[in-house]
Amino acid sequence: MATEVSRPSSRRAPRQQIGLIEWLRKNLFSTWYNVIITLVLLYVIFQAVTSFVSWMITAPGWPAAFTNIKLLLTWTYPVEHLWRPQAVTGLVFLLLGLSSGVWGGIVRMVTFGAAAISAGLGVVAFTFPDLPGQTSLPGWLFLFLCAGLLIGSDQLALRLRDRIRWPLIIAWLLSYPAAIVILRGGFGLPVVETKLWGGLMLTLLLAISGIVLSFPLGVLLALGRRSTLPVIRMFCVLYIELIRGVPLVTVLFMGALLLPLFLPGGESIDALVRAIVAITLFSAAYLAENVRGGLQSIPKGQIEAARALGLNVFQTTLLITLPQALRAVVPVLVGQFIALFKDTSLVVIIGLVDLLGAAQNIVGQPQWLGTPGGVWRETFLVIAAIYWVFSFTMSRISKRIEDQIARSRH
Amino acid sequence: MAVGSPSIPPGKVNIPFYRDTRIIAVIVQIVFAFLVAVGIWYLYSNMMNGLRQANLLPTFSFLSVPAGFPIAESVIEYNPSMTYGRAFVVGILNTVRVAVIGIILATLLGLILGIARLSDNWLLRNVALVYVEIVRNIPLLLQLIFWFSLTRLFPRIQESIDVGGLIFLHNRGVTMAWPQVGNDFDTWMLWVYGGIVVGGIFYVVRRIQFIRRDRPGVALPYAFLIALGIALLGFLVTYLMNGVWPISLSVPVLQRFNFEGGITITNSFAALLIGLVIYTAVFIGEIVRSGILAVSKGQREAARALGLTPGQTMRLVILPQALRVIVPPLTSQYLNLTKNSSLAIAIAYPDLFYVANTINNQTGQAIPVILMLMASYLSVSLLTSLFMNWYNRRIQLVER
Repeated sequence: MATEVSRPSSRRAPRQQIGLIEWLRKNLFSTWYNVIITLVLLYVIFQAVTSFVSWMITAPGWPAAFTNIKLLLTWTYPVEHLWRPQAVTGLVFLLLGLSSGVWGGIVRMVTFGAAAISAGLGVVAFTFPDLPGQTSLPGWLFLFLCAGLLIGSDQLALRLRDRIRWPLIIAWLLSYPAAIVILRGGFGLPVVETKLWGGLMLTLLLAISGIVLSFPLGVLLALGRRSTLPVIRMFCVLYIELIRGVPLVTVLFMGALLLPLFLPGGESIDALVRAIVAITLFSAAYLAENVRGGLQSIPKGQIEAARALGLNVFQTTLLITLPQALRAVVPVLVGQFIALFKDTSLVVIIGLVDLLGAAQNIVGQPQWLGTPGGVWRETFLVIAAIYWVFSFTMSRISKRIEDQIARSRH
Repeated sequence: MAVGSPSIPPGKVNIPFYRDTRIIAVIVQIVFAFLVAVGIWYLYSNMMNGLRQANLLPTFSFLSVPAGFPIAESVIEYNPSMTYGRAFVVGILNTVRVAVIGIILATLLGLILGIARLSDNWLLRNVALVYVEIVRNIPLLLQLIFWFSLTRLFPRIQESIDVGGLIFLHNRGVTMAWPQVGNDFDTWMLWVYGGIVVGGIFYVVRRIQFIRRDRPGVALPYAFLIALGIALLGFLVTYLMNGVWPISLSVPVLQRFNFEGGITITNSFAALLIGLVIYTAVFIGEIVRSGILAVSKGQREAARALGLTPGQTMRLVILPQALRVIVPPLTSQYLNLTKNSSLAIAIAYPDLFYVANTINNQTGQAIPVILMLMASYLSVSLLTSLFMNWYNRRIQLVER
């Protein structure tokens, strides 16, 4: 049966594309107050950008930051041992590249991003070869090697795939102690005392230590807070709330003052170790709350099913709830890492020299006394840019992981 | 239904005590408590031994000893001959001062930011976004040191930068015009009290009327307007009778070495306040933004369909609902601001932590100082949470 279908006379689809003028009217000049806001903002932006750019061109203090790059990156770490931080960077990049080949996805994105940044910085270092603080391995060559290492190990791991999955996980777990040994020495390597450490290296070390070391403690505290045993639960609640109620400076201050008192012969405890202990104890409380959020998001049916299958409490926690909870809180943990990365700057107050401390020292160097207005604006701007790049990149990564988890749920 | 699992009469099964979960639970807790106690005892005895050898046994007696160090700014009267206890209180009050002012300003700026982020103006939206992304990815301490260094770049007091004749920026801080109480202030206060009483009576009467008629109605804003009107009338009448305003603006005038009139805030305080407000406002802005986004679109559309203006929609429909989402995370931002004010030590603002640190350096009494420090921060945090929880309960949805 063929039925006559009367079709409406065809009309062209409404134009999707809107012209520039239309876009401007819609987004900038839609109402009278939007016109005012737009014009005022345009004026302010124009003023701000032109005065900032002209200041940047004429500012006399740029050499302060750029001639002291070595101090900003590693502070007083001996030049003849600088191959060690380089070796640690290489080790981390090797593992990162291998993981990228094995797991792909976001790890891959990070790896290629890191490779691109290394190569870019390598070009800059190659263009300005006169920058001081050169090691036996020129900076530009090191950076190019890093980029090559990342890409190369990624390609290598693509072939090996499943064979290196578990060895790689174990290697990651061992990488933290290995990095500490390489940096500090021992086992035949000459010791570089921690009071010589500093700069960006120390900032990263403190932030990574804070997350890595506080992880087991934080997970235990989170489990303890959800425990049915009142004594354990109350202890965990007390600890978490106590730490979260006081500022990090206070905890650092306690680490510096009380730790030597608490342990016999504690006077000899290294200032860096005191700071790491304090940051770990502090970070564990926040980590516990984040992990608890993850634990709460697991439906009760999961636990009941596990119990019905005959798993005991430990098996249920280790095999069922924790893996799901930890996967759910990865973005939050990256967020905590960013916060910690910024907060480590507080160690300046207890006398360690991290990136911010190095910058403060450079600003105070006598050779800049003659510069009108000082060199602090230029120097602080440079380290602000360093902090910004790191934490902005990490927040983007966290956002991506979050999106991926959200997508996999639907 | 009859065929179920064979029911075991309780108490009849022989479970060995070491497999009984109730008994295990008790044993685990006892062992845990024992271990914690041993750990604490170990640390404590080490500490007491060390302190005994150093002849520094913890005591609070230093609190009544003259402190001997000056504090640059204080809400209450203080000089170096006063006690350590007094110095500590000065520190607490300085922390509270910067926290309260900071919270108010950060909330205002955060609200503006949050709304700007949702503006239909592309430029405004993106300017706000750039501000957020710049500020939240740079450590607060670096920002504070930056602002502090900036305030010290200002010229000497004789060559202060004049902002509209009311605010003067110089390298010792900021001097600005400030309301000043005149002679007839007390007379005017009578008008104010009168206004409050009249407004109160009006409110009570209206409420009773509403209850009698069993109808909802608005009374508080009108009562407030009445009180305000009477106070303003009194303001004018006092002026007309005496020719002097009860409250006038004290404008700073540059003398030979200093400003006369107005108030001067130190550059430490100014830098700390600016830094904390700019930093915290970003986080508050994001909270406000997500709170507004959490109100479903239908609410806005329904309000617009009922003929409410965009302003009314925001004020009467969106914001009250958004507040329910906003308040809990807002509380933690307020607490963060208070805790972050401890960074003041880096820019020499004498807050709680700064004073405590000085006391510790002078007396060597680390334990009492740390206990007092922690107790103070915990009580400030606790008070803030209590207040915010009370407020939160008030605005939560009342369901039938």
